[in-house]
Amino acid sequence: MFESVLVANRGEIARRIIRTVQRMGLRAVAVYSEADADLPFVREADEAILLGPANPAQSYLDVDRVLRAARDSGAQAVHPGYGFFSENAAFARAVIDAGLVWIGPSPEAIERMGDKINARNLMEEAGVPVAAGTRTPVTDLEQAVSAAAEIGYPVMVKTAGGGGGIGMGVAHDEAGLAKAFEQASRAAARFGGTPAILLERYIERARHVEVQILGLADGAVVALGERDCSVQRRHQKVVEETPSPGITQELRERMLAAAVRAGEAVGYLGAGTVECLVDADKQDFVFLEMNTRLQVEHPVTELVTGVDLVELQLRIAAGETVELSVAPRGHAIEFRVYAEDPKRFFPGPGTIGVWAEPSGDGVRVDSGYAEGNTVTPFYDPLMAKLCVFGQTRAEALERAREAVAGFKIEGPKNNLPFCAELLEHPEFVDGNYDTGLVSRMRA
Amino acid sequence: MAEVHAEMVANVWKVLVAEGDTVEDGDTLVILESMKMEIPVIAEDDGVVAQIKVAEGDVIQEGDLIAVIE
Repeated sequence: MFESVLVANRGEIARRIIRTVQRMGLRAVAVYSEADADLPFVREADEAILLGPANPAQSYLDVDRVLRAARDSGAQAVHPGYGFFSENAAFARAVIDAGLVWIGPSPEAIERMGDKINARNLMEEAGVPVAAGTRTPVTDLEQAVSAAAEIGYPVMVKTAGGGGGIGMGVAHDEAGLAKAFEQASRAAARFGGTPAILLERYIERARHVEVQILGLADGAVVALGERDCSVQRRHQKVVEETPSPGITQELRERMLAAAVRAGEAVGYLGAGTVECLVDADKQDFVFLEMNTRLQVEHPVTELVTGVDLVELQLRIAAGETVELSVAPRGHAIEFRVYAEDPKRFFPGPGTIGVWAEPSGDGVRVDSGYAEGNTVTPFYDPLMAKLCVFGQTRAEALERAREAVAGFKIEGPKNNLPFCAELLEHPEFVDGNYDTGLVSRMRA
Repeated sequence: MAEVHAEMVANVWKVLVAEGDTVEDGDTLVILESMKMEIPVIAEDDGVVAQIKVAEGDVIQEGDLIAVIE
């Protein structure tokens, strides 16, 4: 096992990784931008190295500066967290070439899954169901129009290289397609990545359900259960829970088996997530994409399985043999506490005057901020993840209501009032919801 | 005359109009960026852009004046 780990990330996920690294008796090295100098993850690391200005291109996304920090601090391994470099094959290669351990899947696996068109074709070959869609990159509107006519409206338009819902749009007709295509192209140009666009048949009233997989050092791939991520705004997740209240045991078993096949098809190593769309009425699913990294919502899986996914990532990356016998029990729900107004979900950065986290039985809070910190506009709006566990879903909901009410934040706008509202909404309470729930709540 | 103010802390990503331009209700004047989200700033009246107080790359605070439409 390596003795020190550089965490190439910020906020709540850097802090959460540092916690496990230190619990394992290893040394945690943080890197940070000028805007993040006062955040808890910088203070809690054994060593923290300033990368540069707030702009990610000059700090968290600057390969040379991050690798120099690793060299200067003597770190032997690099954990990328999620976002930033986590799905960047070139960075993974640079880490390996520098003689360091990359805590993630091989650069080849990242590449094969990173291009959504390639991933989709690969999954189809591996016998994983996929939605009707384009098999080659769509590069102009004319191609998009003819592809959409063949697939049938509504279609989902997305960038082949993008992630996090950025640039995604649904088109119900040709006029809508022109707009969605323009938006996706702009996002592709702006956030880097290839200009290729992908069109897929859009399933209305779908649930977004994903499977956590783990590729072990001996080549075996195991599935650690699913997460239902159907509570979304602007195609970005707000609440996740496990088990999914919207799938039968029969469908769960089919999805888990398909996710294992997906992992095996790319020789997957470490933690990854196979995202699917579920047609709840038909109890059927299609592959959406694979995230070759630790997922934001990994804590709900940890709460029902008792495993520490970051510890497993580190041990697998170190080449250790990991014995796993996972029997999930109970129910867990995560609420992403965003710095945004709870009505329109517009960003609301600001300085935190009051920050009081709830605690108690079955409550876990992974936060990136503390009182006195400033939530800046430079990064994503996630301030904390409020997670609850219960023996049953009803118990988890009850604990969630108490915990949401007990979380006090003053300063930045925040979506806790939305979480409270959701916890009283009949569709959510019944578990009978789909990805359109938040839009219906705000219609 | 209508003053257009920032609703949040943000970076100015694009300035789409210049002083002297004629704009209509609903036209996008400026695109802000905050927390990885693009936020268009829209004209709420027809008129002429009398002043543009921001430039691309600026960081602006909630309440800052962005433009004046006459």
